[in-house]
Amino acid sequence: MAQRLHLATRKGLLSLTPSRGKWRMGVTGFLGDSVSTVLEDPRDGALYAGLNLGHFGVKLHRSDDGGRTWTEIAAPAFAEEKDQPPLDPMKEWPPKKTGPSVELLWTLVAGAADRPGELWAGTIPGGLFRSTDRGASWQLIESLWNDPTRPQWFGGGYDRAGIHSICIDPRDSKRMVLGISSGGIWRSSDAGATWKNEGVGLRNAYMPPDKAYDPLSQDPHRITQCAAAPDTIWCQHHNGIFLSRDAGATFREIKARAPSRFGFGVAVHPEDPKTAWFVPAVRDINRTPVDHRLMVMRTTDGGRSFKTFTNGLPKGPTFDLMYRHGLDIDAGGERLAMGSTTGNLWVGERQGTRWTLAAPHLPPIYQVSWG
Amino acid sequence: MPRLSFTPNLERHLSCPSARLPGDTVIAVLTAAFEGNPRLRSYLLDDQGRLRKHVNIFVNNEPVADRDFLTDRVADGDEVFVFQALSGG
Repeated sequence: MAQRLHLATRKGLLSLTPSRGKWRMGVTGFLGDSVSTVLEDPRDGALYAGLNLGHFGVKLHRSDDGGRTWTEIAAPAFAEEKDQPPLDPMKEWPPKKTGPSVELLWTLVAGAADRPGELWAGTIPGGLFRSTDRGASWQLIESLWNDPTRPQWFGGGYDRAGIHSICIDPRDSKRMVLGISSGGIWRSSDAGATWKNEGVGLRNAYMPPDKAYDPLSQDPHRITQCAAAPDTIWCQHHNGIFLSRDAGATFREIKARAPSRFGFGVAVHPEDPKTAWFVPAVRDINRTPVDHRLMVMRTTDGGRSFKTFTNGLPKGPTFDLMYRHGLDIDAGGERLAMGSTTGNLWVGERQGTRWTLAAPHLPPIYQVSWG
Repeated sequence: MPRLSFTPNLERHLSCPSARLPGDTVIAVLTAAFEGNPRLRSYLLDDQGRLRKHVNIFVNNEPVADRDFLTDRVADGDEVFVFQALSGG
């Protein structure tokens, strides 16, 4: 089957396939609806699309035929709390419920190869959910939700904190690492039964100085794990780039010269943990490309140095921003893709050194994902 | 019995024809509708059973006052309309 690139966009699920040296774009489903996340499960080929219908809430659909037909399945949801209306309506009217509700399905991840049917979902507000039946039902991971420090998590870009990155160690599927904006790095070694806030060494520049290294108030914009060396985790953080060699327990700040160390996405080579890509933007108060010039940064030496690549990218002023799931590398480690909130999609051949505008004028792109 | 009808925009996602349903509160009428159409619930109500932020329900010409518990009273012959708010698209 030809390689396929899935795009979760503001106006539908789009897919690109190579055709005679070009990329052919098609609508795979949900035209007009906001698709917040997409997953092609490598274990059985199933496609999942998480929707944010705005008026009508978060929904999840699955296709078992490559996107030709879709079935709505259960979406992750918080249990209804057993509030009762106040007995005296004169005291409080109208009465209010206070329990949580899923506002966004932010990431959807396939479980490990030894756990068929298992899926993980991260949401806003910051819920971690597990399904063991291909999305027919979901269970909130209460050990994390009920952690006494969770009320200290805070929103980063959204009003509430959310879970956007879920890494599962392919050597041992009980070992998991989460990235939370803004709640730092969380690790489990027992398949989610217990959690610990780690990520020691991450530094923030937006809290009081004594809180700069507080693991709980870190805002990892995105973390990605090297498939062949899962102890290596790269982090594009709110105010820097960090590298962990011990599966997220500790991080070292990368201080190599770079056009900027602010951005959202990070891709790591599936075989080479020292090689990673970033798309720099100016900084948090100006989320546009540095000098209006879109570029991709790559390190091949574990962050000692960066090279920037502009070959095939726009020469003129551009305002394209790649959001946190908007950069991805294929399983072969040769071809990247990035999609912008402005709605442009580029494919980067030869390890992201030569870029081609594969599709312009698309809706805002939330996620690019190689199938 | 009250009559429940829906914005046609919901038809994009699931079938929801108008129907006469039993109940003396908005939530009772909705619950009767959900019994025959369980998917409908999550389109109108959030995880806690509150009316979704950008969905409105009118009883005759009045918007419901209680959006969390939906205890507004309805009577025989009342029209209960489910609308999509113009916000939140």
